[in-house]
Amino acid sequence: MKIEELEQKAIDPGPDKIIAPGFNYATVTDKIANTVLMPVEKTPRQWWVTLLIAFMAMQGLVAGSFWLFYKGVGVWGIVIPIAWGYAIVNFVWWIGIGHAGTLISAILLLLKQDWRTSINRFSEAMTLFAVAQAGMFPILHMGRPWLGYWLIPYPSSMWLWPQPRSPLVWDVFAVTTYLTVSLIFWFIGLVPDLATMRDRAKHKWQALTFGMLSMGWRGSAKHWSRYQMAYLLLGGLATPLVVSVHTVVSFDFAISLLPGWHTTIFPPYFVAGAIYSGFAMVVTLAIPARKWFHLEDLITMRHLDCMGKLMLGTGLIVAYGYMMEAFMSWYSGNPHEMFMYMNRATGPYRFFFWMLIVCNILIPQSLWSRKVRQNVPRLFFVSLVVNVGMWLERFIIVITSLHRDFLPSSWGMYYPTQWDWAVLTGTIGFFLLLMTLFVRVLPSISIFEVREVLHHLAPHIADDDLAPQTGMGD
Amino acid sequence: MTETFQDRHGLHGIMARFADPEQLLEAANRAYGAGYRKMDAYTPMPIEGLAEAIGFTRHWVSLVVLMGGLAGCVGGFGLLWWIAVIAYPHNVGGRPFDSWPMFVPITFECTVLLAALSSVVGMLAMNKLPMPYHPVFNVQSFAERASVDRFFLCIESDDPKFDRAQTRAFLEQLDPEEVSEVEK
Repeated sequence: MKIEELEQKAIDPGPDKIIAPGFNYATVTDKIANTVLMPVEKTPRQWWVTLLIAFMAMQGLVAGSFWLFYKGVGVWGIVIPIAWGYAIVNFVWWIGIGHAGTLISAILLLLKQDWRTSINRFSEAMTLFAVAQAGMFPILHMGRPWLGYWLIPYPSSMWLWPQPRSPLVWDVFAVTTYLTVSLIFWFIGLVPDLATMRDRAKHKWQALTFGMLSMGWRGSAKHWSRYQMAYLLLGGLATPLVVSVHTVVSFDFAISLLPGWHTTIFPPYFVAGAIYSGFAMVVTLAIPARKWFHLEDLITMRHLDCMGKLMLGTGLIVAYGYMMEAFMSWYSGNPHEMFMYMNRATGPYRFFFWMLIVCNILIPQSLWSRKVRQNVPRLFFVSLVVNVGMWLERFIIVITSLHRDFLPSSWGMYYPTQWDWAVLTGTIGFFLLLMTLFVRVLPSISIFEVREVLHHLAPHIADDDLAPQTGMGD
Repeated sequence: MTETFQDRHGLHGIMARFADPEQLLEAANRAYGAGYRKMDAYTPMPIEGLAEAIGFTRHWVSLVVLMGGLAGCVGGFGLLWWIAVIAYPHNVGGRPFDSWPMFVPITFECTVLLAALSSVVGMLAMNKLPMPYHPVFNVQSFAERASVDRFFLCIESDDPKFDRAQTRAFLEQLDPEEVSEVEK
């Protein structure tokens, strides 16, 4: 195959293969490197359109934060008793989305699932950018964000220290650790590919940039040996980490005494929900990206099918969580718990509650059918629905539990303002902007790992005429 | 010309290029069998058994990670304990200052953080990266294809058995695509 051919056509090899037939080490390298090295004028038009839309949407964040810093948190709809509002809803939503990346990279690495290879880099980047969005919200919500560094234990002249028994302080450690570990996991995975980009670069400045980033990687067998051990250990460390992060986020709720929050099912159900929304976001992003950059032969129907199944599986765990919430509020015999659940289902926010059930439980049941999992537009639709559903879940948890607690005299209603919406839209724009730039400036599929897959498929492929004729099932 | 340049700067080694990872693996095994010890193999992706074939069997990455993890664990717990018991004791309803179960989440995060950082920093340091210059890139086909689709074996000049003519002849009989001298 010539590189011109590679740019033109990409045929999805169907649900049995993780890579289309006919690739060898050189063509697979050029194919993936081409999304980065192609000349500016060849960039797909849809890419520019997405970039523009994302940039415009991001202005919501810019304007929203300026206004917030100028006027104070009163510009949001938060009131007493609903002091958390969109900021925390969005924080939990974004951090949940971030979970799929580490799951795909780390857990599927340990489980030796070879279909992870084409999508791990992509979802790691997604993790990073989603956690970056999440990290902004607690700071924005702080009221006096310039004092945000008080969260970190440091010897201050006031002799004050953070309270190490508070889940909010645990959150600071969990989220910063998660961001750092995701970043180094992603970067270390990139290093050998950056070396490839350095060697394939078409301009001096590209070679210099990739050269510096790849740190002089030269593919020595000794280096690979240490590299693989470090990567495996990082995977092993990231696996409990990813579970711990959303567990700690759920502790923010579960350790309080509020009806609807004070429950032991929160940690596992939050983690499952996080993975659920993360996979939905990977599908939402991967479907357009593979089309625009003609990567259907590397991100195949098999990948989409597997992600559809994982969405279905985690979605069922989430559904079980909802059922248990309902059951426990009845079984506890606690009038406040019972009232909380009835209030969710029939109170002023009932519309959102039932929307949540439709989005997160009913519509995703269609994934049982191959006709949905293996149909790109339908799968894309379901993934969008799940994204919305998971946002609604966080809305229901945060808002409905806060707005009517033990004392009817302290009840209230929460209505988001235009600035709440501006900031939410802005972070979606910022996230999309980062993703859009990422797929164009860095290899969005791990090249060396695809070469490894090729090597396992057919150990002797050196020349084009000896290219493997088949892909791999599972 | 070439002679004087190399005489002045010396040779890093002699390098053979292969089209196929299995061929490289066999070549590495044979070079080790022939008594060469100072050599390195270069591949665009990890090849199982290659490091062992060139006699590299032991690395310390896992030990470094264990050390990092332990340091994070002890340091994290120590910090929390010191804050809660010594620096800023808070009496919350008469509960003990030393409420260690509440320190577990942060201790865990610190453990993972330091272990992860030490795995990356340790791996890079032991690989002596970043390294802005390395002689192997002087071979043109290496610079172009070692990170794409070709597999290289380089026997280095500081090997006691290294001899410019003999080593070259040895590598040539392994059926490589090309044998080249690597200038320092």
